[in-house]
Amino acid sequence: MYDFSEEQLQRYSRHIILQDVGVEGQEKLLTSSVLIIGTGGLGTPAAQFLAAAGIGKIGLVDADKVELSNLQRQVLHHTPDVGKLKVQSAKEKINAMNPDVEVKTYDYYLTSQNIKEVIREYDFVIDGTDNFPAKFLINDACVMEGKPFSHAGIIRFGGQTTTVVPGEDTPCYRCMFPQPPKPGSVPSCKEAGVIGVMGGVIGTIQATEAIKYILGKGELLTGKLLTYDALKMDFRKINLNKRENCGICSDDPEITELIDYEQGVCEL
Amino acid sequence: MKIKVNGEAVELEKELTVSELLVKQDVDMPDMVSVELNGEILDRDTFSDTVVKDGDQVEFLYFMGGGASVRF
Ligand SMILES: [Zn+2]
Repeated sequence: MYDFSEEQLQRYSRHIILQDVGVEGQEKLLTSSVLIIGTGGLGTPAAQFLAAAGIGKIGLVDADKVELSNLQRQVLHHTPDVGKLKVQSAKEKINAMNPDVEVKTYDYYLTSQNIKEVIREYDFVIDGTDNFPAKFLINDACVMEGKPFSHAGIIRFGGQTTTVVPGEDTPCYRCMFPQPPKPGSVPSCKEAGVIGVMGGVIGTIQATEAIKYILGKGELLTGKLLTYDALKMDFRKINLNKRENCGICSDDPEITELIDYEQGVCEL
Repeated sequence: MKIKVNGEAVELEKELTVSELLVKQDVDMPDMVSVELNGEILDRDTFSDTVVKDGDQVEFLYFMGGGASVRF
């Protein structure tokens, strides 16, 4: 049994009085771990709510430094942080917010060579990356390792997210999108702006999914792609099925080794 | 005939292939779209010979990046 301090009972009191969380649920959160890949538009709002919720260990992966153009949406990074490693900037804010959280930082890129050993250390993974090679790598590695994860994407006034729990009869990201888009068909940097609040909405939903998974409560976004159109203020859930001939999650998968896809770099 | 595209009713004069429907619906980056027909994700190489019929439910799923740059 976790030994809650007086301070912790106060800090988490609004969780503890919730019937679906309680002392048991808070103990689960405090003894769980979540890896956040990408500490930008999606990863920072996800990180701040997971930290506030008392997730015991949070891993942050990002090799980039904070730029001025990030501050419009990457809410854990502040003006004095420009030039600092994003993982360092995010770690400082989390430490100040909640000393119960152990933060582990990875200031390098994940590849087919190192991703499996990193994700293995965590209970749940949040994909907060901005590019398709990373999204496919995360999906394939998580399927191979049996690691549940939340996928998301944002562009302009739109966002979408789904949750993948390998081993269940529900689809993976590759079931929905069998192959990455051809590099030439991806919108150019100038076309691909994003409204600052979008990562906040979608990244917070990703954090919600992680918390629900850890608590074992409610229904996850497995087998559903939740899409959000901010201009119409429209949320839709699209039902999706596992694809029998999926390259990675089918019974006899075509892909047996992780792939490092190429893509022209575009900072969103 | 009537079909549904991303939850909205669409009236078509005749049956179309998925490729033709992508054009008809003015999808500006068809290479960035995955298509679900009545709950099944279609392989891209079947778009030109898969016919959409009366009452079908079509979902266009858009590739979205976003978030932070984690390069390779
Ligand atoms: Zn799959």
